[in-house]
Amino acid sequence: MPEDILMDIKRDYVLSRIRAGERIDGRNFDEFRKVEVKTGIIEKAEGSALVKLGNTQVVVGVKMQVGEPFPDTPNMGIIITNAELVPLASPTFEPGPPDENSIELARVVDRGIRESEAVDLEKLCIEEGEKVWIVFIDIHALDDDGNLMDASSIAAISALMNTTVPAERFGVGEDFKLPIRDFPISVTSLVVDDRILVDPCRDEMSVGKNLMTITSDEEGNVVAMQKSGSYLMAEEKFYELLDLSVAKAKEIRENVREQLKGGENGEDEES
Amino acid sequence: MEKPKLIVDGKRLDGRGFEELRPIKIEVGVLKRADGSCYLEMGKNKIIAAVYGPREVHPRHLQDPSKAVIRYRYNMAPFSVEERKKPGPDRRSVEISKVSREALEPVIMKELFPRSGIDVFVEVLQADAGTRTACLNAASVALIDAGVMMKGIVTAVAVAKVDGQIVLDPMKEEDFYGEADMPVAFLIRNDQIESIALLQMDGRMTVEEVKKGIELAKKGAMEIYRMQREAVMKKYVKEEE
Repeated sequence: MPEDILMDIKRDYVLSRIRAGERIDGRNFDEFRKVEVKTGIIEKAEGSALVKLGNTQVVVGVKMQVGEPFPDTPNMGIIITNAELVPLASPTFEPGPPDENSIELARVVDRGIRESEAVDLEKLCIEEGEKVWIVFIDIHALDDDGNLMDASSIAAISALMNTTVPAERFGVGEDFKLPIRDFPISVTSLVVDDRILVDPCRDEMSVGKNLMTITSDEEGNVVAMQKSGSYLMAEEKFYELLDLSVAKAKEIRENVREQLKGGENGEDEES
Repeated sequence: MEKPKLIVDGKRLDGRGFEELRPIKIEVGVLKRADGSCYLEMGKNKIIAAVYGPREVHPRHLQDPSKAVIRYRYNMAPFSVEERKKPGPDRRSVEISKVSREALEPVIMKELFPRSGIDVFVEVLQADAGTRTACLNAASVALIDAGVMMKGIVTAVAVAKVDGQIVLDPMKEEDFYGEADMPVAFLIRNDQIESIALLQMDGRMTVEEVKKGIELAKKGAMEIYRMQREAVMKKYVKEEE
């Protein structure tokens, strides 16, 4: 596979630059690529967001439906997260049922949102034990230039914040904004030799998918973690990652919050 | 459902202290057909692991000319949980299989077995929280039983935050009602913890609590490691006599 040979060449290049204390795109080791967030891009969805993380692009759409609650949580709405790595987004993605990578992506994004209790699920109960809102979060990758994980989790929370519950359409009252009470942000890093590369791009991942994702909430608590990739991580490296990821999440959260605010103002001006 | 009090008078629901493991039983070589096998109990968890290989890989296009291909299948029996589980892989077990395989891959000396495959199959016969860690513990022992060369042994344990306390090896109720769950696996080599092979977490913990959790997991893992070792010795030392 030509992709593999190219990757071998890139690997040597990436490694030599890292050993020289540099990243191939000139970023600092703890620097994210430029984050761009646009919400409300799909009118038919209850909420949506397009996130660009450098050249990586992801769309998340939120759709809602009325359904039955789970028996053990009769007064709570339901979140269902799904990810599709469509072949359009990368030469290595293939059509077909979700593979382990897309399942992992969806589950880690889901965990950040669920465990931070970002969506107030009790407010999504229509009739206890009978009817609740089901929130479908669908992650649609458009261009995988590395770190789909963080692009997807930023897109997911942004789309949720953009979501209006379509109560009128379902004949269960007036439409209302989806109640959001936290702002989880995931930070994924590549662990190479003794270095930590925050927000790795596709070419950097040619050295191996030695990834660690740490998601934290607004207060700086850790709400989800996932070591991903066949590698062994030194304990001290993990502690370093932990502090770094929580600090980075704060920075990204403020950046995204500003952009979301800007978007709303823009809409106001037009109307 | 009302959340019960999980800690009463400094003791957990089953009477354990915060840093105490559930009772563990390990038996090596329990299956005749497999190249290596292990039966493991950890509290109410009942796990059976089998290793086949190194053997030919099917389908053949999956072969790697430079190293062995590792496959890991975590599977829950339909009767292993309260409400019958639909047979076959679901999204949860696909994810668990992935991270578990990734914990073993860097430990198995794959380069020694080019073009071959090593299959690790783990069945959860009964589940009571911490199955992925119990499965990894059984899988490691089964790999040793199969004679697969490894850099060390993988030992796993979960820690949880329960009623504000960091506790070792949570059981079902603690996992369900607790604030956070963190499964961890380590590579242990020369009787020492060398690195982290698996790490996941969901729930809510401060950075300090996560660090405390890792320390506690290390303590628990060392205890389990001694039992894994003892179980292997018991089988092989006896056979030599």
